[in-house]
Amino acid sequence: MPKQSPVPDELTQPFFDACNEDRLVVQRCNECTELDGLLMLQHPPSEECRRCGPHGTLEWHEVSGRGRIQSYVTMYDTPVASLQEDQPFNIAVVELWEDKNALFLSHLPGTPVREVPMGAEVRVVFEVTPANGQKVAEWEVVGD
Amino acid sequence: MAENAPADFYRTQENPGLWEHRGKVAAVGIGHSPTARRWDGQASTSIGAWAMVAIRNAIEDAGISPSDVDGLVLDRSTTTGAWWPEGDPLPEDVISQFQPGIEPFDGIAALSSEWILNNMPELDNVSFSMYGPGCMSNVICVAAEAIGRGLANTVVLLKAWHNFPGRYYQGGANARPLVEGPAVWRNPWGVSAATGDGWTFQEYMAKYGKTHDMMAPFIVEEKKNGLMFPEGFFAQHRPDEVTVEDYVNARWIVEPMNLFDHDMPIHVAVAYVFTTAERAADMAQTPVYILNHGTTRPKFGLTQGLDNAEASTDSTGRKMLDGAGITSDDLSFENMYEGFTTFHNYFIEGLGFAGIQRGEALDLYAGDISITSDKPVSPSGGNQGGGRTRIWMHTDTIQQIQGRAGDRQIRVPAEIGISGGPMPQGGDFTIWSSTPD
Ligand SMILES: [Zn+2]
Repeated sequence: MPKQSPVPDELTQPFFDACNEDRLVVQRCNECTELDGLLMLQHPPSEECRRCGPHGTLEWHEVSGRGRIQSYVTMYDTPVASLQEDQPFNIAVVELWEDKNALFLSHLPGTPVREVPMGAEVRVVFEVTPANGQKVAEWEVVGD
Repeated sequence: MAENAPADFYRTQENPGLWEHRGKVAAVGIGHSPTARRWDGQASTSIGAWAMVAIRNAIEDAGISPSDVDGLVLDRSTTTGAWWPEGDPLPEDVISQFQPGIEPFDGIAALSSEWILNNMPELDNVSFSMYGPGCMSNVICVAAEAIGRGLANTVVLLKAWHNFPGRYYQGGANARPLVEGPAVWRNPWGVSAATGDGWTFQEYMAKYGKTHDMMAPFIVEEKKNGLMFPEGFFAQHRPDEVTVEDYVNARWIVEPMNLFDHDMPIHVAVAYVFTTAERAADMAQTPVYILNHGTTRPKFGLTQGLDNAEASTDSTGRKMLDGAGITSDDLSFENMYEGFTTFHNYFIEGLGFAGIQRGEALDLYAGDISITSDKPVSPSGGNQGGGRTRIWMHTDTIQQIQGRAGDRQIRVPAEIGISGGPMPQGGDFTIWSSTPD
């Protein structure tokens, strides 16, 4: 499916650079992780830790690339022109295995629409977007 | 120059205690403009012209003189999602028929307080003006607080929505090959405005073993109630009932949400008059007293999810009932927002309306939720019944308690009602009563 190509900015550059090397990184808060013993991850990235706010220092942290399907919809009427030919398609929400507050969207390539297994395990794959070649994180259901 | 209401005008606290101005502010007048699907380009139907129609109707309804009004609270934004097309020339022939405001689209695609006052010279005593940005739900909180604090005595509230030709969201950034900014996390996957609520409702169905078809009785009732709302778009322009079959066979927009789960943008303006409880006693209409207003703020993130929808609507339910000094049993009816139908359930479960608990709203819909039932659900018909305004819920609540909801009048005594929205994750809410105590 011909996704729009993300243009990285200062905040998102490390994430997209890692995608281009087939690595998944998310922000980790050092304060929450080291002082409070929590593995505090967040995605999409932001300027501040969502738990401790401006006190935290955020660092990019490589993760397993495993996750779980939190929910999904079947899209029949997307406003995004490049995807309209492929309707209907899945849009799932994926929680990262290590921290369910780190969230990603996915078309679940390989999973037919209306056959999405809620709660199933997924693993990351990296997909090239056509306009500028930027890779993005996608997710596939792990077979049994 | 009017400014946005300061943060402390909104009661966001988790345990707010009784509202200190409980029962001291009352709604006394309602004024609606006509409705249209889209603006036809005439000066007489511009959003500015219709805002003036609504304000004049509200003042007349309250039985007061325009000079009695000393406050104006409004939302300066009027967009339903439609903007003046980039690069198109301004409609100078329309603009030239009005006094200028402070921005180029004033009266066409925005409404400043200056534009209203410049074009309504009869409002010659307005000394207080403030914005409640968002929707009428915000405007109500701000006006109630302003009167309660003694900043104004008799306030006109205004919320207007313009709608222009064309389909929203289809052009612009959605048609380009590249995407920038926060949209990089959403646009490549093709999400629409309703997608987030679709995810949440999917979780809800999975958690409680429900199906989308179980929403049908609620939509049917909403449409029925909307057709009994003479001020509404569908009663005026498309008086067609919707059956269970229509609903379950409607096309999916984003499954689990179909055409009838989405609301339809319209062009309309609505105004109210609020005043102090003392002054209300002398006015033309039965006063409807405000027992409490409250606000829940959304968290930010890629999606909100069911956990957060439930936590937020629990919080809203608690703070609204506690701050009014009532229990959910005291609610004669409810008019919580339903601009995507699939989130009305979280609101009424959070309130414990009609004694329901989490996961039971769709079971409630299977019984009698009509205006003739003991616990009417959404007698306004909401956005589904009237068109996208987030206003019917408030107008209906005031009219029900005044006993002038016409064919929609509920059969049980309409003593206490609740209205507000827009999102389960965050919004502004009001509890209204036939008595001040
Ligand atoms: Zn932190």
